[in-house]
Amino acid sequence: MSSTTSFDHPTNAKKFNQDQARTHWHDSALWFIREKRDRMAKSLPEWETLRECASQIKAHTISKLADYLEEFEKNAKARGATVHWAKDADEHNRIVLEILRKHEAERIVKSKSMLTEECHLNPFLEQNGIEVVDTDLGERIVQLRQEGPSHIVMPAIHLKKEDVSDTFHEHLHTEAGNCNPDYLTESARQHLRNKFMQADVGITGVNFALADTGGIVVCTNEGNADLGVSLPNVHIACMGIEKLIPSVDHLSIFLRLLARSATGQPITTYSSHFHGPREGGELHIILVDNGRSNLMNSDDYRNSLKCIRCGACMNTCPVYRRSGGHSYAATVPGPIGSILNPLRDAKHHKSLPFACTLCGSCSDVCPVQINLHEQLLTLRTEVKNQNQLPISKTMPMRITSWVFQRPKLYAWLGSVGKFFLRNLPRFMIYNALNPWGKNREMPEAPAESFRQQYAKRAKKNKPQ
Amino acid sequence: MRVALFVPCYVDQLYPRVGMATLDLLERLGCDVDFPAAQTCCGQPMLNSGCDTDAAPLAERFLEIFADYDAIVAPSGSCVSMVKNHYEHIVHGDPRYEKLRTKIFELCEFLVDVLKVDSLPGNFPYVVGLHSSCHGLRELRLASDSERNTCEFNKPQQLLQMIEGVQLAELKRQDECCGFGGTFAVAEEAVSCTMGRDRIADHLQAGTQVLTAGDMSCLMHLAGLIQRDKHPIRVMHIAEILAGYEVPQ
Ligand code: SF4
Repeated sequence: MSSTTSFDHPTNAKKFNQDQARTHWHDSALWFIREKRDRMAKSLPEWETLRECASQIKAHTISKLADYLEEFEKNAKARGATVHWAKDADEHNRIVLEILRKHEAERIVKSKSMLTEECHLNPFLEQNGIEVVDTDLGERIVQLRQEGPSHIVMPAIHLKKEDVSDTFHEHLHTEAGNCNPDYLTESARQHLRNKFMQADVGITGVNFALADTGGIVVCTNEGNADLGVSLPNVHIACMGIEKLIPSVDHLSIFLRLLARSATGQPITTYSSHFHGPREGGELHIILVDNGRSNLMNSDDYRNSLKCIRCGACMNTCPVYRRSGGHSYAATVPGPIGSILNPLRDAKHHKSLPFACTLCGSCSDVCPVQINLHEQLLTLRTEVKNQNQLPISKTMPMRITSWVFQRPKLYAWLGSVGKFFLRNLPRFMIYNALNPWGKNREMPEAPAESFRQQYAKRAKKNKPQ
Repeated sequence: MRVALFVPCYVDQLYPRVGMATLDLLERLGCDVDFPAAQTCCGQPMLNSGCDTDAAPLAERFLEIFADYDAIVAPSGSCVSMVKNHYEHIVHGDPRYEKLRTKIFELCEFLVDVLKVDSLPGNFPYVVGLHSSCHGLRELRLASDSERNTCEFNKPQQLLQMIEGVQLAELKRQDECCGFGGTFAVAEEAVSCTMGRDRIADHLQAGTQVLTAGDMSCLMHLAGLIQRDKHPIRVMHIAEILAGYEVPQ
């Protein structure tokens, strides 16, 4: 299974749904996590207050981001870190490569970072002759399969243990057909251990950057980030500028929300703080914009910068659960991805704001209260304004609106429509032109509309 | 109280019984109900498709037709939410709108919060499966949802429980979306139907005999699947149950 080539969500989702057993399995796996998250959220009486606080802290930080970034830079430098600024993905990748070249590094270990995925760092480094090994287990699995992650927290959630067994057999020469999770994990551990030992540089993402201390915090469940930056001498930390929070005092709120929302754990197994390089080593922090400051200037979408990438909106999204992360053909899938990707490239991702029933579950699950489903609705208008809606979608709406502005015409057309629905032979109603009828019956058309019945009744009741 | 009845276009055309049940119920509870005949559609299909400029004239008409009533009631959480929450974008600045948005109610909300109904006559000896339609649930807050940590309440359920004989089905996923989503049902037919079938499976395991909801649109989608797959579940809008209507055979 390679990652999806088509960019149209309905087509990809349809393909995913052809294997209904797998679709159900995927749905249940994610629902299991959402239920765990629900139990965790409900075990904290202050849950909604935490969400509110987190949301306000983020809103405040975004409103003064330039100041906080400067404060962060100053403090990070004072602790001996080197701070770099990248306006886009290309610049980010070039900076990484420069650092690697300076140290004549050939082998890199990288812990999970959605930012480096966003910037397509791996293929860039590989083209430049550098070996990059993802050390998060899920990431390593999809990397071996040459796929992108299908989820931002659980990159290989779309794979069953049988799939992992096949992949490991092919690449790590494990026993064919051995699906024992302990065996597979141990094999991965041995394989990764070698990579850790040989690495020249460790790259990590950043979950939170603290303006007042100049430190960064990296959260993982596997400890791979810590190992990756403890063995080699050089640590490169790549972060989007929105990862900043004002003070270490705010951190606890986010740490409590992040793991509970992501996996239903009280806290991630490792929340590692890096304040400056270790003795004799180097710490490089790359601050990446890549379109973020544009979002900052938009009243409709600024809120999406609050995202702490917990993945809860994906786990709860009924569409994501039943279409799989790859159907979004984007680094960040699901509700938040359906906002961020079209804002970067509407033409490419125009189907994503419509891959949503507007059920609102994502907005209520989001630990930083992003109004996801409302933004998705607004984005649909944006897609239309950018002329990315096909005429087959806009024309019917124009015509229907025109009819609805004429109540008599509407009532007449309603009667005609119902007449046909009642009297046309089945094949004329249920055919390829009617996607509704593929798996569903049409409603039975009544003889009279409500307004006709109402008018009759009013006449009957009228005092003579 | 002079109440305007807003009957969404597709309910008007395809489910007149739901409109009649709403009317009967409101009149029985002492409301002076009017059905302004000039009404058609609130514009939700257009706005949800991104066609805001096609929704705008319909929103304008809606304000003209309904602005002068004490209350506007509709048997549809989704259409009410369209007016209450999403007209903002298209008619902002219109002073009639600020008033109107506080006077429009979904039927169950109106019964519980405005009329403060605490008993209803009738006997409905069935296992009733209540589908919590998303817009009513998360945009109008007709009930607490499973995502947020708030006090538990459920207005439609509260009303159903007033009726003798009603036994509520216990679902595994209390408030998951049915997959209708307006044009989503057609544009994403595959996912939409998988979602609908999952909802129905939950109701089957819970022993639902009559499936109900506050939104006929979700029910239209679910009924379409139930009929195609020949499941022994009947479908009724909540207004029909509350008004004491018979189960359709
Ligand atoms: S949008 Fe909210 S729920 Fe989704 S990943 Fe970001 S923080 Fe988590």
